[in-house]
Amino acid sequence: MNLPLALIGGVDPWIFGCSFLTVAVTLWMGFRSAKTSKTASDFFVAGRSVSVGWNASAISGEYLSAASFMGVAGMVMSSGYDALWYPVCYACGYLFLLLFIAGPLRRFGAYTIPDFAEGRFDSPLFRKIAVCFVLFIGFFYTMPQMKGAGVTLAYIFPGLPYWVGVVVVGAVITLNVALGGMKGITLVQAVQYWIKLFAISVPVFVLMAVVGFYNTQIGANVAPGETAPALSSVERKPLVEKAPKDTAWIAPFGPLTTKAVTAAANALPAEQRPAFLAEHQKPYSLLYTYSLIIALVCGTAGLPHILVRFYTNPDGVAAKRTTMWVMILIGVFYVFPPIFGVIGRNLLPELYSGVGAKGTDKIVLELPTLISAKYGVVGSILSGITCAGAFAAFMSTFSGLLVSMTGALAHDVYGRMLRPKSSPAERMFAFKVAAVLIGGVAVTLGCFVEPLEINFMVGQAFAIAAASYFPLLFMSVWWRGMTMKGAATGMLTGGLCALGAAALTNLGTLALDKGPMGKIFASFSPLNGFWAQHPLLRILCEQPAIWTVPLAIGLMIVVSKATSAQVPPDIRMKMLVLHAPEKLGLKQEYIQEHQAGAGH
Amino acid sequence: MSSPTPAHDDVVHSESFLRSLMRRQLSLSIACAGTFLVALLGMPLLNYFAPAFMATRVAGFTLSWLILGVLFFPFVWIISYVFIKRSLQLEADEVNEARR
Repeated sequence: MNLPLALIGGVDPWIFGCSFLTVAVTLWMGFRSAKTSKTASDFFVAGRSVSVGWNASAISGEYLSAASFMGVAGMVMSSGYDALWYPVCYACGYLFLLLFIAGPLRRFGAYTIPDFAEGRFDSPLFRKIAVCFVLFIGFFYTMPQMKGAGVTLAYIFPGLPYWVGVVVVGAVITLNVALGGMKGITLVQAVQYWIKLFAISVPVFVLMAVVGFYNTQIGANVAPGETAPALSSVERKPLVEKAPKDTAWIAPFGPLTTKAVTAAANALPAEQRPAFLAEHQKPYSLLYTYSLIIALVCGTAGLPHILVRFYTNPDGVAAKRTTMWVMILIGVFYVFPPIFGVIGRNLLPELYSGVGAKGTDKIVLELPTLISAKYGVVGSILSGITCAGAFAAFMSTFSGLLVSMTGALAHDVYGRMLRPKSSPAERMFAFKVAAVLIGGVAVTLGCFVEPLEINFMVGQAFAIAAASYFPLLFMSVWWRGMTMKGAATGMLTGGLCALGAAALTNLGTLALDKGPMGKIFASFSPLNGFWAQHPLLRILCEQPAIWTVPLAIGLMIVVSKATSAQVPPDIRMKMLVLHAPEKLGLKQEYIQEHQAGAGH
Repeated sequence: MSSPTPAHDDVVHSESFLRSLMRRQLSLSIACAGTFLVALLGMPLLNYFAPAFMATRVAGFTLSWLILGVLFFPFVWIISYVFIKRSLQLEADEVNEARR
């Protein structure tokens, strides 16, 4: 075997050292806290007593995934302005959560979303449906994290196959979660937020000081209507053939949102193309933009691993203050990744020709090495720092997801459905088995997605959450007329439509891949021919939120009206618990009455 | 069989209290969400109908890029700050009202 030798040969000690340190610290904290988390409550919601500062850092740490750290930069580089919607809506989605959902949900008090679903509608059946969606959304969200892991390891160890990185990182995190549970994770997540902020901001400032600031880097691109760059003070390398043109890149409605129409135009005879583009390009890309915005803003409110954290606040006031801090923490973070994309376009255009792990998704890791030529080892150190940040990114999000998915499986499926009488020790064991099981599935899925963009995959997870959990939470919190049948019909239809659309889109994209994945998924290539004929359908499939979210909400209203006799009889009390200030103590009263009622 | 909701006839459990509670909270949330949505959903429209204006250069940035990539975040912080302040005030009022 000459693989290990080849690996050591190309490894930069600084990059390896920083990454290794991050992983080691994460593991150490996980193991250390494993000793202190004893009870089942510790494992699931950290004993409900995490302070606002810790919890806000932990939520931010969990939220800023590989998509935020690597994907946003990669996508801004490849698609330009349109990709800015991602960081903006990732941050703004939190506002919706704060305005409509965070307070009531916390007051209602339940461990997980399935707990809420059951408590609000008194229906164990609905709990099962809700659990399925924790897993659906979770797996869609783990795939991009796994790609981040594969890309980063392939960068640190040149020559290492993509899948090895996925397997190694997946195994390490799974072990950590199985041993530490959520208590450990809160601490780890909080620390990792600060690692990520440090790792994205410091290299950006150093880079900008050397190669020119954000505004001058953008100014080097020619906007529509200009004949020359606004500012030409920075160095720029010639763009490769596959890179989008300046005017398309810097302006709205660029390559990301017009891809479907361009593909359709290319299928037409050359003389019809200009007319077709003029007629369809801008309206369709406006539609794409709106659908993307709906998916990202509504989807944030429905991510299972984020919602569970609201229960780790001591009370509803703390839950609101936590959300405020989360918005500040993630807002500050999201200013930085696009800067990497902008500088990358000017200085590392060769990444446009790369595919998979060699493409624009690794810009954050590779860009700092550019200043090595001038400042020697500084470039390696900075690249090591961004690699450490990338590790923090996919490790924290993946472990958060693993905790909530494992929680769903162990707490809901095992603890409530299969063995309601199991002892605490058995449940703890079930948690560990479930963690290993889910980690294994996530790693397997992660091995298939190398050709897909990290950020795009995360967007799909958001679209599914937006069409399932968001309507469920929003409507059940604010409309007392909701029935279980209405909620279940809307959530299932909306969520499954979004899931199906996302899966079709990915299968079509994988079929286009030039590598091994293209061969595996070759049977789906007719799909791309169909979409070339119908660009509108392609957009509605790629960004389904614009029709799935209204569909889900509409179905909820219609079916609930039709089954209005089944509104839970104590609905007024439930609504009071959801909306009345916690100081009035209605929650305790509700629990006592509920137990008394259930006893009869 | 006792009914799941025993009759309470104090202010807290009255229908009118719940209605006013939900109406006030929802109208606050909707006012904040409205401000935010006008800005968020207005951006693509501005890009669509006034592309030349949005491409104006501001210190190297295009206007559109500057707003979306930088200025949008503080804007959202302001909205959430106002919301949290008002909503905590609202809760305090509700507690007073219920205990009166």
